[in-house]
Parts: sequence; structure tokens; C-alpha cells
Amino acid sequence: MKTEYCIGIDIGSTCAKTVVLSRDKRVLLQLLQPTGWSSVDTAEDIRRRLEEAGFPIEDGTAVATGYGRVSVPYADKCVTEITCHGRGACHIYGAGQLTVIDIGGQDTKIIRIENGAVSDFLMNDKCSAGTGRFLEIMANTLAVRPEELCRMAAEGGGVSISSMCTVFAESEVISLIGRGEKRENIAFAVVDSIVKKVSSQAGRMAGGQGAVCLTGGLCGYPYLRQSLSDALGCEVRTAEEGRYAGAVGAALCALALEKQRSAEK
Amino acid sequence: MAYELPARFAEYNEARQRGFLTVKKVKEDGGRVAGIFCTFTPLEILDAAGFLSVSLCGMSGETIPAAEAHLPRNLCPLIKSSYGFALTDKCPYTYFSDLIVGETTCDGKKKMYELLGRLKPVYTLHLPQGLDGCALESWTAELRRFIAFLEERFGVSVTDKALREAARARNQERRARMALMETMRAAPPPASGLSLYRTLEGSGFLFDQDQRTAGLDRLREELLAAYAAGERPVSAASRRILVTGCPIGGVLEKTVGVIEASGGAVVCFENCSGIKTACQMVDEQAEDILSAIAARYLEIGCAVLSPNRRRREHLKRLIEEFHVDGVVEVDLQSCTTYGVETYEIQALLRELGVPYMALETDYAQGDCGQLSTRLGAFIERL
Repeated sequence: MKTEYCIGIDIGSTCAKTVVLSRDKRVLLQLLQPTGWSSVDTAEDIRRRLEEAGFPIEDGTAVATGYGRVSVPYADKCVTEITCHGRGACHIYGAGQLTVIDIGGQDTKIIRIENGAVSDFLMNDKCSAGTGRFLEIMANTLAVRPEELCRMAAEGGGVSISSMCTVFAESEVISLIGRGEKRENIAFAVVDSIVKKVSSQAGRMAGGQGAVCLTGGLCGYPYLRQSLSDALGCEVRTAEEGRYAGAVGAALCALALEKQRSAEK
Repeated sequence: MAYELPARFAEYNEARQRGFLTVKKVKEDGGRVAGIFCTFTPLEILDAAGFLSVSLCGMSGETIPAAEAHLPRNLCPLIKSSYGFALTDKCPYTYFSDLIVGETTCDGKKKMYELLGRLKPVYTLHLPQGLDGCALESWTAELRRFIAFLEERFGVSVTDKALREAARARNQERRARMALMETMRAAPPPASGLSLYRTLEGSGFLFDQDQRTAGLDRLREELLAAYAAGERPVSAASRRILVTGCPIGGVLEKTVGVIEASGGAVVCFENCSGIKTACQMVDEQAEDILSAIAARYLEIGCAVLSPNRRRREHLKRLIEEFHVDGVVEVDLQSCTTYGVETYEIQALLRELGVPYMALETDYAQGDCGQLSTRLGAFIERL
């Protein structure tokens, strides 16, 4: 039977994103849920929610990505999130030459796209500096939510955090709190630290043409996007569907897989 | 992807464990054992002096916590692991060594040898820092000094005749290693990189010189015969990867294993157990055999030498000869010399239009998830 839709499932360290695309690449469904402690349970939950929405797994082609990609037993294929974010960003931003900055829950990737394909990428090793997790931990310490922290940061200034390590940076934040520093200023320092780390990572990838765009969970934070633009000296683009880029890319991989399979038949 | 290995591959996987018994026997029969760490160790001299040479490079993280009682944490895991094995007496090869031979290669190793000297008899050869100037003269003199030390300390005699014989035998083994590695030029290759690497590494723990060489030759013949009979253990769709950088015995599974599980095939190892240390021969006919041996070792294109032009020349040639689709550099944590060279290697590969990625890792398992994503994405883009 010919599949009428393709499913992309991106199980990240914090959130799981699911996208259903029609054969002409229109978005039919987007799902977002916390990954929780078990990727396997999350994958099962996604299967159930897809079925409820009228897109049973059996009638579509599915590709899984993200760090929990191997925990999706019903996926037809696993593709790394680097390839998926690259493809997804090209689709969302409608360009074949791009530099994609994906700030994820546990890692940050800089992906260079040429002619619609990944030509190079950088990813942090095993440290959480400059990632969503860093922001989350600092927000917890300041007793605010991450998006609130970013809003507050816009009002602050004049303070910086020098530690790159999340654990040390947390102690630094605590000592700033102890000193009676304004929360806005500490929030500024937190965002500033992420921006510095990410922009220095981006700087290590020389050359590059086309726009710079942001994907991943921090897409929706205007102040972060603005600071990143200032640090890189160019406009960083973002889009509402940016956080679904990995899932969109996975769905596009599923579409390609489906085409390849029907060609082989 | 699990490959069906020819039976002989399995023998090599166990060589390191079984070798303990051989070494124990040698010791009981009054023989001598030299523990070595680096490919710059002049094996011919140890052969001619009647020593059995065995590599002591630590390949597991289990002794690192013990080593960190003496060594800084941000040091190469190979150095820490090796030192830890000596400190905790957990490695029989270290235990059986009458002498440990080190060289002034990287800073971490040469300073570790100083501490190791408190635990075991250590002799450190002074390797020149580069090839320019009087490097060959000074290295030859250094080898002469080493021979004098061995003769005096152990009451042995190292003759030119014995050196020449050793050079001949070692050359033969190097040719056998090269010939085995060169079978991987075929598309698809006749074996997985993982099994090839384990063989090359395991071969060092067979202690009979002739048996070692003959074993490699036989394995090559078997591989070629199986290939000719149509056996294809590696998929033709696999991307052909060259691995360069630091010694990888301790990180094999999470680098080479992951590459080969993600649609890649490692067809060429341009590192310590691979081409880098097998491709240069001693001039067996040379009038001054010791100086010919010295010259051979200085040809090793290692990042501890400054400058290190040979590595780039090798890479260029090997990429072509092995039809390489992408190059992965595997460096061990805190390896300054290889870490700095990545910049130039990246520039070279960009010039050649060959995709390249460098990763730094250690003997812990904490980065396995990230490594499999990075290596997987690298292969997906090829």
C-alpha cells in the first residue's frame, strides 16, 4: 500500500517532538511532550497519540532521531539529529545554504549546510556549557522558569559568569545571589555565558554562506536570539516551527526512504 | 553489524591474554623481558640483546583512579592507565619486565617515565625533537649508548651481525603487516576494520618472530582466498574511512566499533598499530647497520616530532591508495601534539576535498552517546 504520510519522531533529552508530513511536505500534525525518564514509554505514548489523531504508524513511514532514537522500535530507520536538523532547517527556512545553530537540551550543534546537505558540523563533547540544560539549571537556581530568565536578562547587565562548567557556574550564580546582586543582572550573565560559548563554537567553523538560523528548544526566546545576533554580527533567523526542525528533518528522511522503497519495488 | 570472522581472527583476539603464559615460561627458563611503550623503541636492539619485547600500553580505564593518586587528572588516559597498571601490579607483562624502555616522546610520557622509574627499572632513550640538523647523528649515538647500557647491565653482547639479522626479521614482519593492511584497498574490503585492528595489535603478543610473520602471511592468504571465493563480510555500500591520530587500543569499540555499526568501514589505520609504524624498512645492506636502524625509526611520522611533515605526506597517499571517503581523527584526551596538529590536518583535507572530523575521547564510557551521534552524522554526510 502506498503511504499517504511520513512521520518524524525526534526524542531529545528534554522534549520529544513528532511531526507528520503529507507527501507534498505539508505539516499535518505536530506533537510536543516531555521525554520523561523513559524514551521507550515516550515512544509508546507517541504511537498512541498518532493513532488517536488518525495517523496510525502502520500506514506511514517513520524515521526516529534524537538521543532516544534507538528506543523507537516501530521506526523504519534511525538518522542522527545532525542530519535531521540540517534537512529540517532547509525546509523550514526555505534555503539550501545555511548555518544552523541547534541549542538542544544536552548538546549544542553548529551545522553547515551547502546545497541542501550537511557539509560540516561541530558538536560539544560531553560538557553541558552553552546548552538548554545549562539554562534550565541556572533558572532553577534563580527560582524562575527558563523563558522568564531570558525575559529578565533583557533588563539586566554589568555582570558576567566566568566558569564554563555548569557545576562551577552554578556556584558562581549562588555567590552572586549571596552578594545581593539583582536577579535581572544574574539572568543577563547566564544568557551572556551561553551566547559566548555558542558563538565561539560557531566561530570555529570558518567560512559559510547563507543565513544563520536557530533551531531547538530555545528558538522561542527573543532575547537569546537577539544576543546571539549581536555576538555573531549577523541576523540570526528563527521560526515558530524551529524547535520541530529535527522532527521535520526526520519526516523528510522518511519521505526519501519511502520513495527509495517504492522505486525498488 | 556482526561479521563472520575467519577462525584465525579469533586467535589474535585472545593473543594478549594467552601471551602471559608464554612470557612466564620465558622468565622461568631464564629469559629476559623488556616492556616498551612506543613505536620509537628500537626493537632490533632488544632482539639482538636477547630480550623479548612486549607492549605495556594501558588500554583500560580500571587502573586510572589509582594512577591519579600520583598523576594529574587532565593527562592522557593511555599514560595514566599504563602507570596505574605498574602501580597496582595488575599487569603481568609489567610485572615480568626486567627493564622498561621509554623514549622522550610526548611530555606526558617522558615525565611519567620518571615516576615509573621509582617502581621499575626504566631506561629512557632521548629521541630528537625533529629531523632537522644533527638528529640522525644524535639518535644513532643515543642507540649506541643504549647498547652499552644493556651490555654492561645484563652482561649481554649486541653484535652487528645480530642487529642485521634482527633488522631482516623485523623488516619481514613489517612487510607482512603492510601486505595484510593493503588487502583493505579492495572494494568492498575483505575484512572489517575492527577485526583487522585486533589482529595487528594481537600479533604483538605472539612472541616468536617467525611465527608472528608467518601468521600474518597466512591470515592474508586466507582472507584473499575467501574473498576470491565470493565472501563479502563488509557491505559494498559502506563508506570507506581512514582513521588517524593517537593510539586507539583503549577506545576501539566506541570509535571504530561505532563507525562500523553506523555504515562505515575502516579501511586504513594511519596510526600506531597501523601504517604509520609499519611502512618504513631498515636498510639491511647498510654498511653501518646501527645508523640504518636509527634512520628507520626517525621516519615514523608522529606528532611528537616537530615539524612532522611525513604524516601529511602519508595521509595524502593513503587516501588515494585506499579510496577513502572520509577521515576520522581519534585523539586521546589532553594529547597536545596531536590536538594541535588537527588544525593543519583539517586544512590539508579541505584542500584535498576529503571530509574530516576530529574527536577527542578517553577511556571512560561517558561520551558514548555523543560519539555515536557525531560519528553517525559524519557517515551520513558522506
